[in-house]
Amino acid sequence: MLDAASTGFADPVLDAQSHFRTLMDALARPGSIHAFRPRLTPPGGLPAELAAIALTLADHETAVWLDPGLAADPAVSAWLAFHAGTRITVDPGEADFALVTDIGAMPPLAAFAAGDDAYPDRSTTLLIAVDALSAGGDLVLSGPGIESERRLGIAPWPAALTEQLAANRTLFPRGVDLVFATSGAIAALPRTTRIREA
Amino acid sequence: MNAQAPAETGYNFAYLDEQTKRMIRRAILKAVAIPGYQVPFASREMPMPYGWGTGGVQVTAAVLGPNDVLKVIDQGSDDTTNAVSIRKFFAKTAGVETTTRTTEATVIQTRHRIPETPLTDGQILVYQVPIPEPLRFLEPRETETRKLHALADYGLMHVKLYEDIARHGHIATTYDYPVEVAGRYVMNPSPTPKFDNPKMHRSPALQLFGAGREKRIYAVPPYTDVVSLDFEDHPFEVQRFEKPCALCAATGVYLDEVVLDDRGGRMFVCSDSDFCASRRDAGHRGEMANAAQPAGQS
Repeated sequence: MLDAASTGFADPVLDAQSHFRTLMDALARPGSIHAFRPRLTPPGGLPAELAAIALTLADHETAVWLDPGLAADPAVSAWLAFHAGTRITVDPGEADFALVTDIGAMPPLAAFAAGDDAYPDRSTTLLIAVDALSAGGDLVLSGPGIESERRLGIAPWPAALTEQLAANRTLFPRGVDLVFATSGAIAALPRTTRIREA
Repeated sequence: MNAQAPAETGYNFAYLDEQTKRMIRRAILKAVAIPGYQVPFASREMPMPYGWGTGGVQVTAAVLGPNDVLKVIDQGSDDTTNAVSIRKFFAKTAGVETTTRTTEATVIQTRHRIPETPLTDGQILVYQVPIPEPLRFLEPRETETRKLHALADYGLMHVKLYEDIARHGHIATTYDYPVEVAGRYVMNPSPTPKFDNPKMHRSPALQLFGAGREKRIYAVPPYTDVVSLDFEDHPFEVQRFEKPCALCAATGVYLDEVVLDDRGGRMFVCSDSDFCASRRDAGHRGEMANAAQPAGQS
């Protein structure tokens, strides 16, 4: 049932373009924080940033996995179906995109699609809502897209995630890519980024 | 330069429909996340023939926004047919501002050159790629080349470069010279002269590659290692030119040979027309700067 108060993009063409450019910049420069202010009203517990990324990238060719909190709200699936026409999947292993609102209860990264050696692009991009992103945090990042090192803080940060990301890095070229969103900003950690805690 | 009125009616912004753009954008994001890996994409028919930059045009169309300033070069030149028509295409369908100045552009689509002026953080370089697969002429089967990439088995490419040395005494590959990206994938830089390869290494700009006929998109993020393949005893070298540019006296740039008459007369001029013009505007004069200007140079 579509929530009557919810809306899609104010300008589907130009909003999608500007959001995509921000996403591309974020993935090309891992750990850098980019302003991200979507103009839409998603239903229920779906954060506007995750909703905007989903509308920018998902359509009838993709499968989207929702975390239990989002999956429990039929208005979220209805909104995604109406505005993006995307398929909702319950299997994180076949998801192109995963929408996560509770990072603490997220399945392990290994549960999502990592692609295979011949087609490492057939992998999940995780879109994760967090409370805060800060430059100069505890995560020390290096790798393609980073001139020497970059520091990023993500809160909350489950302790197990550092280890899971290190394991994700060893899968390269397979692996998942992560986009973190907080109110008004995003940052990304593609599979190429090496991460250690300061 | 020629800020056009609103996009011509009847086309979506930047020509492509939104579903196509989403599909291309998904491919671009995976390409950025896996540097040098060729992401398959559902290349569309474009209003220009294959070989005229359909891959680059689709990538540019998916990336371009109304605030971008677009530059298009063909073999370094802003004023050849391919460059002019692609620039006009986006001025018409997206209404974006276009320029010939490398420093003013936010998106630069290129056929077979990298501008001489160093690119900066925030710029996007879009390459038109005819054959994205570096191993294609060594192994024609896609199933096999895909396996070789999966296994990072690039012995064939080293054998090819070695055979160059055995036959010619040096590595005779002068363009489309294979590179290793971020220590993993071997990648075709598109048929740029090998002179341009060092510019790809740790470039602050984002480099995107589109192959329309072959339906592949790949990318090199900023500050990413791009190493030209070579051997310890035959290190990679770029072309050297004996004389500076005949028009602007620049050295250390890539020069085109221009035949002047049928008696062996010739001159060597910058292939990058914007770079050459900027230097002449700044007062630099080559030995033939006052003679008649050759075709292709403004």
